Amino acid sequence: MTVGFAPGLSRGHDQNDPPPGVDAILAEAQRLRWEIGGDFHQALMEAIYTDASNIADRAVTRPGERPRFDLDRSIDRLVTSRVWGFPLMLAMLTAVFWITITGANIPSQLLADLLIGKGVPLLHSIAAALNLPWWLSGLLIDGMYLATAWVVSVMLPPMAIFFPLFTLLEDFGYLPRVAFNLDNLYKKAGAHGKQSLSMMMGFGCNAAGVVATRIIDSPRERLIAIITNNFALCNGRWPTQILIASLFIGGLASAQWAGLISALSVVGIALLGVLLSFLLSFSLSRTVLKGQVSTFSLELPPYRPPRVLQTIYTSIIDRTLIVLWRAVTFALPAGAVIWLISNIHVGGVSLAEYLVNFLNPLGLLLGLNGVILVAYIVAIPANEIVIPTILMLTVLTTGVTGLGAGAGVMFETDNSADLMTLFTAGGWTLLTAVNLMLFSLIHNPCSTTIYTIFKETGSRKWTAVAALTPLAMGFIVTFFVAQIWRLVAGAL
Amino acid sequence: MNEHSDRNNGHQAAPAASDGKELNFSEEVQLLSGEMPDDDPNFTLTVQPAPAGHSAAGCATCPSHNAAHLQRLGIDMANWNYVVALAGNPNVGKSTVFNALTGLRQHTGNWPGKTVGRAEGGFEFGASRYKLVDLPGTYSLLATSLDEEVARDFILFGRPDVTIVVADATRLERNLNLVLQVLEITDRVVVCLNLMDEARRHGLVVDERRLARDLGVPVVPTEARQRKGLAELLQAVDDVATGRVVTKPHRIKSEPPALKQAVGQLTAQLERAFPTLPNARWVALRLLDGDPRIVEAVQRGELGELDAA
Repeated sequence: MTVGFAPGLSRGHDQNDPPPGVDAILAEAQRLRWEIGGDFHQALMEAIYTDASNIADRAVTRPGERPRFDLDRSIDRLVTSRVWGFPLMLAMLTAVFWITITGANIPSQLLADLLIGKGVPLLHSIAAALNLPWWLSGLLIDGMYLATAWVVSVMLPPMAIFFPLFTLLEDFGYLPRVAFNLDNLYKKAGAHGKQSLSMMMGFGCNAAGVVATRIIDSPRERLIAIITNNFALCNGRWPTQILIASLFIGGLASAQWAGLISALSVVGIALLGVLLSFLLSFSLSRTVLKGQVSTFSLELPPYRPPRVLQTIYTSIIDRTLIVLWRAVTFALPAGAVIWLISNIHVGGVSLAEYLVNFLNPLGLLLGLNGVILVAYIVAIPANEIVIPTILMLTVLTTGVTGLGAGAGVMFETDNSADLMTLFTAGGWTLLTAVNLMLFSLIHNPCSTTIYTIFKETGSRKWTAVAALTPLAMGFIVTFFVAQIWRLVAGAL
Repeated sequence: MNEHSDRNNGHQAAPAASDGKELNFSEEVQLLSGEMPDDDPNFTLTVQPAPAGHSAAGCATCPSHNAAHLQRLGIDMANWNYVVALAGNPNVGKSTVFNALTGLRQHTGNWPGKTVGRAEGGFEFGASRYKLVDLPGTYSLLATSLDEEVARDFILFGRPDVTIVVADATRLERNLNLVLQVLEITDRVVVCLNLMDEARRHGLVVDERRLARDLGVPVVPTEARQRKGLAELLQAVDDVATGRVVTKPHRIKSEPPALKQAVGQLTAQLERAFPTLPNARWVALRLLDGDPRIVEAVQRGELGELDAA
């Protein structure tokens, strides 16, 4: 008894002569489909699951129940419960951010003292001993070295704290539960539940988040996940959020609450990002990316005690250092560019000043200013260098003296009183701070992410959509916040 | 190589596996197929001419007898009598079963998108030569992704003579979701209830007879890593392939009434149009779900043609 089998999908057949009644059957199927309604797939999956569960219940007994099974279940019942799931998620997120913010302060300060406070004078004395021309030592030390040192001192401590914490949660088995909680929301937004996992990766780095969307099978839903990944606040943007939140928003509260208030406002921005990803997913899936939502089964793996030392080791090697290296490679040329545009003068005015003055009207309209917009142009390669660029350009345009080390020098200062003086001189208000935090969340992805999107989608069109949509949204959001803010402030 | 062709042509079936000559042979076969020497006495490899008939008919249905007649053929899949598909969730030991039966060393990654192809190998058991096709591990056959589509298309259009669904005994409920979906497509299923050792360690007792009764197909408990239960598995596969055992597969019962009615209506129509279609109900389900691949198959008459095959 040999049964023939032709491999491949398209077997020889005559397309012109379908069996009788085929069209009628298809039409009937179509009609019945409308009759049953949209949730057919879900209903079928549920039927299968119910049957499977009934059969399994009859076949499996567990006389010697192991307590771990029960513990797993009770944890699951808690962390995926309708009532407690989301509050627990937020509490955990806040705790992670709070530990990161407060824990990173001291090492950041130490690194800044070492790399900038001690490093810059040392390098300058070496340059002087070598008789380097001023422009070369300026470019190398005040441009490239300072930019790099700043990025390292600001990024390394939070990353070295955040990534291991995050990886521990992952190792413990919590992330699939987060995906489970968010699945329903993403489904309602017309996206894939696994998008929550790629968003999680995006909180580390959007380029990594975009690559992580590979776990999503449907091209339509994957595209949605790629386009909205930018709203996961990446670690290149935390320094901005954390600094501005602690200066302007933490400053509104008394000293003992400042840390928590700053952490909460950063969590608020992160949540706003998640909310925006829902909204954008929703509108994309209702307009240009219409289609069915695919069901997937997500395995909730057993909880395992995290392997602490191994996790810390691998997350520092795999994540922290790789991300840091990327930031450094972008900070080097960016530092050079900032130094150059601040020191090349045309008609007595530096290029940077020309740019700032040119963009100032638009910036003010958006509740920002020209300096911030220039900083965002300079920082297209890496969001990490936004704050140093803003500080340097503000010094340049306001002419505040006694801070930093002159034109085109990115500097680090942890003295918040000095920073406030500087920002006030630059015309900053609470509105500027809030809108900077908003714009930091809602603007185009960095060039690495854009390139990754192009590699993953292979489409110029979708790359452009993914890059420009958030930028347009950022302009719209900041514009309206500024207008409403001024209206309310004017009325008071 | 000479030895190999020699065996296929000339040798008579060696009796049991206890004399020195026989052991030499098994070693050679093992080397040929890249398998480490195997100390399980149930799995001594013997030599058998391809379409040899079995003389002792009474023994033919006894697993312990036939166990001695597994010959791993590696990638030699010529002149097979039956095609067997190996389906199952990811990480349930499918590849372990595949490797144990074919003597190959198939590596399947655990990354979605990596294992979208299928691995094939051959073995000889009892009087028949089998081609074994290892499908990508999937949780479902509703074809939302490429790997699910590969698995689904093979079971549906490739029409294997038997489909072995490897299930993880420690996570039976989740695994049954796939089993039930396979049962909707094909009657000829054997469930390989693997990882029984792990289930025992977790204090689980799985009643495979109850399960077999509920599913309506043979259920064979195995511990593939220890090579336990594979002889019984092969016997069950052989029984289903040759038609000695006729299955009565479970059909999904818990659909909402509206759904059940629509499915019934469409199934009746499909059965009228394609009288020999074995899985009209499943096709109806897929059409109702708007599965483009199945709509296309119906349109192009692929399903009708399968009937003629």
